[in-house]
Amino acid sequence: MEGSQYPKGDFRAPLPIIGPGHSFRSITNKLTSVVLTKNTPKAWFAVMAIGFVLLNGLMIAITYLLFKGIGIWGTNIPVGWAFPIINFVWWIGIGHAGTLISAILLLFKQDWRTSINRFAEAMTLFAVVCAAIFPVIHTGRPWLAAYWLFPYPNAMTIWPNFRSPLIWDVFAVSTYGSVSALFWFIGLIPDMATFRDTAEHPLLKKMYGVLSLGWRGSARHWERYEHAYLLLAGLSTPLVLSVHTVVSFDFAVGIVPGWHATIFPPYFVAGAIYDGFAMVLTLAIPLRAMYGLRDFITDRHIENMAKVMLATGLVVVYGYSCEAFFGWYSGNEFERFMLKNRMYFGPMAWSYWVLILCNFLVPQIMWSKRLRRKTWAVFTAAMFVNVGMWLERFVIIVTSLHRDFLPSSWEMYYPTKWDFITLFGTVGLFLTLMFLFVRVLPLISIFEMRTLVTDKPAAAPQVEGH
Amino acid sequence: MTLDDIRTKLNGLEGRAYWRSLEELSGTPDFQQYLHQEFPANAAEFTDPAGRRQFLKLMGASLALAGVSACTRQPPEKLVPYVTQPEEIIPGRPLFYATSMPIGGVGMPLLAENHMGRPTKLEGNPEHPASLGATDVLAQASVLNLYDPDRSRNILNLGNEATWPTLTAALQTALAPLRSAGGAGFRILTEPISSPTVIDQMETLMTASPQVKWHQWDPVYGTVQGGAPDAQAIYHLDKADVVVSLDADFLGFGPTAIRNTKDFSSRRRMGTPTDALNRLYVVEPSLTLTGANADHRLTIKARDVYGFATALASALGVAGVPAAPAVSDDAGRWIPVLVDDLRAHHGRAVVVAGDHQPAAVHALARAINDAIGGTGTTVVYAAPVVATPRDGIASLRELVTDMNAGAVQLLLIVGTNPVFTAPADLDFLTALKKVPLRIHLGQQDDETGDECQWHVPEAHYLESWGDVRAFDGTVSLIQPLIEPLYGGHSFLEVLASINGVGGQSTQDLVKGYWTKAFNGQTKTKWTLQDREGRPFPTVDAFWRQALYDGFLASTSLLTGAVPTPAAPATPLSLTPPPAMTGLEIIFQPDPYILDGRNANNGWLQETPKPLSKVTWDAIAYVSPRTAERFGVMSFQRSGNGDLPLVEIQYRGRKAKMAIWPLPGTADDVVVVHFGYGRTRAGRVGTKVGQNLFTLRTSAAPWFDGGVELHETGEKYLIVSTQNHFAMEGRAPVRVVEAEEFAKNAKAVAELGAERPGPEVSLYKPFEYNGHKWGMAIDLNACTGCNACITACVAENNISVVGKDQVERTREMHWIRIDTYYEGDPSKPDGVYHQPVPCQQCEDAPCEVVCPVGATVHSDEGLNDMVYNRCVGTRYCSNNCPYKVRRFNFLLYSDFTTPELMAQRNPDVTIRSRGVMEKCTYCVQRINHARIDSKVQNRPIKDGEIKTACQQVCPADAIVFGDLNDPASRVVALKAQERNYGLLEETGTRPRTSYLAKVRNRNPALS
Repeated sequence: MEGSQYPKGDFRAPLPIIGPGHSFRSITNKLTSVVLTKNTPKAWFAVMAIGFVLLNGLMIAITYLLFKGIGIWGTNIPVGWAFPIINFVWWIGIGHAGTLISAILLLFKQDWRTSINRFAEAMTLFAVVCAAIFPVIHTGRPWLAAYWLFPYPNAMTIWPNFRSPLIWDVFAVSTYGSVSALFWFIGLIPDMATFRDTAEHPLLKKMYGVLSLGWRGSARHWERYEHAYLLLAGLSTPLVLSVHTVVSFDFAVGIVPGWHATIFPPYFVAGAIYDGFAMVLTLAIPLRAMYGLRDFITDRHIENMAKVMLATGLVVVYGYSCEAFFGWYSGNEFERFMLKNRMYFGPMAWSYWVLILCNFLVPQIMWSKRLRRKTWAVFTAAMFVNVGMWLERFVIIVTSLHRDFLPSSWEMYYPTKWDFITLFGTVGLFLTLMFLFVRVLPLISIFEMRTLVTDKPAAAPQVEGH
Repeated sequence: MTLDDIRTKLNGLEGRAYWRSLEELSGTPDFQQYLHQEFPANAAEFTDPAGRRQFLKLMGASLALAGVSACTRQPPEKLVPYVTQPEEIIPGRPLFYATSMPIGGVGMPLLAENHMGRPTKLEGNPEHPASLGATDVLAQASVLNLYDPDRSRNILNLGNEATWPTLTAALQTALAPLRSAGGAGFRILTEPISSPTVIDQMETLMTASPQVKWHQWDPVYGTVQGGAPDAQAIYHLDKADVVVSLDADFLGFGPTAIRNTKDFSSRRRMGTPTDALNRLYVVEPSLTLTGANADHRLTIKARDVYGFATALASALGVAGVPAAPAVSDDAGRWIPVLVDDLRAHHGRAVVVAGDHQPAAVHALARAINDAIGGTGTTVVYAAPVVATPRDGIASLRELVTDMNAGAVQLLLIVGTNPVFTAPADLDFLTALKKVPLRIHLGQQDDETGDECQWHVPEAHYLESWGDVRAFDGTVSLIQPLIEPLYGGHSFLEVLASINGVGGQSTQDLVKGYWTKAFNGQTKTKWTLQDREGRPFPTVDAFWRQALYDGFLASTSLLTGAVPTPAAPATPLSLTPPPAMTGLEIIFQPDPYILDGRNANNGWLQETPKPLSKVTWDAIAYVSPRTAERFGVMSFQRSGNGDLPLVEIQYRGRKAKMAIWPLPGTADDVVVVHFGYGRTRAGRVGTKVGQNLFTLRTSAAPWFDGGVELHETGEKYLIVSTQNHFAMEGRAPVRVVEAEEFAKNAKAVAELGAERPGPEVSLYKPFEYNGHKWGMAIDLNACTGCNACITACVAENNISVVGKDQVERTREMHWIRIDTYYEGDPSKPDGVYHQPVPCQQCEDAPCEVVCPVGATVHSDEGLNDMVYNRCVGTRYCSNNCPYKVRRFNFLLYSDFTTPELMAQRNPDVTIRSRGVMEKCTYCVQRINHARIDSKVQNRPIKDGEIKTACQQVCPADAIVFGDLNDPASRVVALKAQERNYGLLEETGTRPRTSYLAKVRNRNPALS
């Protein structure tokens, strides 16, 4: 970063990744004060209220669902999967950016990741929580699905069907969830110790004390920590690629035209990262405004993420063109019809073009460096991508299913109010968890931020004991 | 109460009378009050506030105490098994009894499956010439009517419960003064009736009281326009090479359709590509199932059929035909071709006239059949088997006139529901109210029952003794399968009571008549012989054999008996139907609900109507071009939704109905279906759909001109189970022309794409050392009649989901009939039906993707569904290219109505919420056969296992069997050149395969 080829002040010069004039103390004070304060920003209450109301909608929707059955949704035959699976894939995808930022960018020594990795990881975890709800509740008998999908020894000596991609999903998602939680928690330990030492209320001291697992900041602790963190980063890295690959198998293994495509694994992974970065931006931009963290989450971060978003977006668009090309090139009448139905004359063709608008056209504004540095532009593009990626799964799942092989079975799909309440309910769950996290845990890694202070020679962390 | 009171009481009774107490016997006012007051004496005090408070206190205390009792251990209830097992009953094994279902006065011969005293399923009687083992949708669903929880349960007098003795007493009291006048003022209104025993009783009554009049009203089967034909035509379609239908739906509707379909399809089933097929020409105003199976089809208005028939008759040189009116260009092109084809097949051709066409068309058809040598070979004319007046309109009009004139003192209405169904111009209800005493005998306390002082629950045919004649004259016996569930009585019982022979069982009445017949003492002389044509030695042997067979073999006009000569056809004297102008309205009964009598039958409500696949509603068919005027642009929809509601104005009357563009309907014709809009049908059928009886008049009950259609701007939700009717260039139904197929045997195979073999699968192929079940469905035989759907529903306990769930395309039928139209929608080139059950794929896409292994391959090749293991991910359904899997999105099975529980097949699991289900190849029947064969230590015979859809099929289009048995029928069918697998290019290797449709078109017309 230091040796820029551009003179200071040139717009082409990279922006700093931390605001000027920060010392170890100022970073610590700033980031601990976000949590250890009695003055919660009003905006926090506003967002929390919205999230909590939506979360209650989710609770009601799930209760009613368990009482009545999944017929309360618009799912039908031939469209056996609809909103719940769309939501599942969407949430799982969102999680991917967090893992990518914390694991892959760590291994690639991209130090700008430091300011965003903590809440991106939290986002991953909460997105997995939202996602994990759906595979269970979308089944006809969730009280059985909740454990029959796991290979547990039982008196009937029945195992799950290991040929089914849904079983692969169970392993992929549960591995992903547990590794992400572990990675996140390990990363939190030094900061928990900082909180333990800074907090004044005895109860808080106790709580953070327990969470810090006796961290004293000794050299041995740091050595162990660095090893563990690196190992977990190594473990997480393949997950970034594998989880959405497995999720894409749910479709690619099926024989439904529009599902049965070999491009799906890379295309889904790119889509996941694309959407994930859009979601990180969606969260980062309001959060840094709410807590005045412009010094830590600088325009440099926003710009970098916008670049990643643009790049992965182009991979996704490449996926769309591959799908279209191979649909045509296969010469298979079912594939060709599926494309025409999806893009041209089908009753849901509008969804494809809205998807192209959201995922292809709008994000192209990120080519402009000026617009990349305009927060509102980046935020708008990210919101479009969030919607677009949801629609992408809608297009893949619903429009492929509603008209497949036999014309006699072609039917329409219409969601019900419960579909929407459940979708927005998980948004509420996500917001609630996210804002609770922001309120009680450091949303930016304090000790890692300290390593970015460049005004002084990088101090050895162990002397930073509290 | 004194002994004298009791004696007086007993004298008024007939038959056996049981009483529970002397109070009941005496019928004292105290007892009556006790019986009928909802709250016993002193209940009125609860209106008093203080009393109410007291009541609430008591309630509170008893609720609290109710909790205490929960702590006590309930006394155990011991179940005692049979000490002496009843003869013949083996728990878990059904017994079959021969019986017969009367419909429109004629019998549908049946075998009723009886599980531990409960009839659960009906099959056709394979020995009976009118069935040959097949049945139709109505027969299959009639078992549900038996258990209908909304059937009436009590004799009602002015809405109060009454008893049989009080009814008969009231009836005798009312009859006494009438009898002295020779019965004048006593009228009986029934449905068409052919029962010899009932007719005998009626003759007894009318001999004693000659002024009694017997009227007939049946808006579906007993109604004619333009006079009733002189004779009843009985066709031998198996002998016909050329069949011409003049607006006749002889394959699709009515009790004759089963035998007609059997005979017709026997000439469509090819063995080799060069086998000869028959040829069917259909002239009709709107598409029917018969028209859908035609090789050539001409759309003309119903009013023009007479003109077409005269033109055809005169072109064939029939003597005495009036000058033919001008026919359309298309028709003009047809007539010379038809003449050539009919002449070329002299003695092997037949012309069929439609039931809704006037007597003149029937007379012309008969004259043509005489001219082309059909009479006596391909068709037999006989005296009608139905004894009631054949022209129901005339009969009802006479009754209404007399009622209005005050000439009717006592009216007994049996079965029929004229208050709802009578022609609107007769104003039946006003006339009815002028009759001093009205008695209604019916299975439902319906609109008519509500307007009568007395309502008597009628016994279902599965609960009563009786006899009926099939359309071919065969006398069929009706044996009860169960005691009347709701205390019903039969018409025979009422009639016997009127004739003073009440008190004996109906079995004795029926047996008594046939004993007399055996001894030659009846008015009608019957030839009673066994199936080999030998006379019976004794009356007991006769009776036993008759009950065993279910019919009297020697009375069939198709196989034995010489028909009673019908009135001669010549000289031809025609009353030409009146000229009609303007937009044409055609009245049709709903194919399943009929005139509304089946409105409370959920199976029938949910059975898709043929051709449109609409459920739960009546619709008006118009041509696609006419529909365009009302904003319906296509006969295909992307999904269920609203259709425009049009106002139909006809003779100053108005009704609203949703329009449905049906390809093959003539322009400027609207086909309306009556039977919906019942107001007292029950929990299923009340207030469902629009009532069209408000438009139907006695002058033109079937078709008329001068109707106007007006846009209303309103919309109405119409749900159907299929919304896309074009094949989109795919070939789910493979169709070849007979000529082309005879030249190129590979023509069917060439229509399909490349077929991947087992080697493309990742998984090891299955090995079958024992049986390997498979099915072949002949699309050339299938007429699309839907009987398989209802049979499957009855056999496999399939739930009814209701209109709102069908709207979301969640119907549960395990087998469906896909219908595809080809060519210009206004003039379809072809209409094809394809029954689609689970294809039981060899490489089943559903099996791989189920995460819990709830759908697995059996060692006999079945794709088994394990309900208990299913968690309901629906992945299997998504991955099924045939979309034959059905999901219980909500709790569809009725676990609460006790009446319906008795109907269920005990061999099939009732599925609960959240579980996937689908066709099992009737695995319960396979297992029964396996057990039988093991017990008898023999292999399972080919044809021993029939799936429910196969057994019911009147076209024998479905064949099931063992693919490992080289001698089986299914193997022979699959070896045919016509055999192909549906979507076999997907690599699923379905083991249900189809035999392609072959059309036998006349080169002169194409």
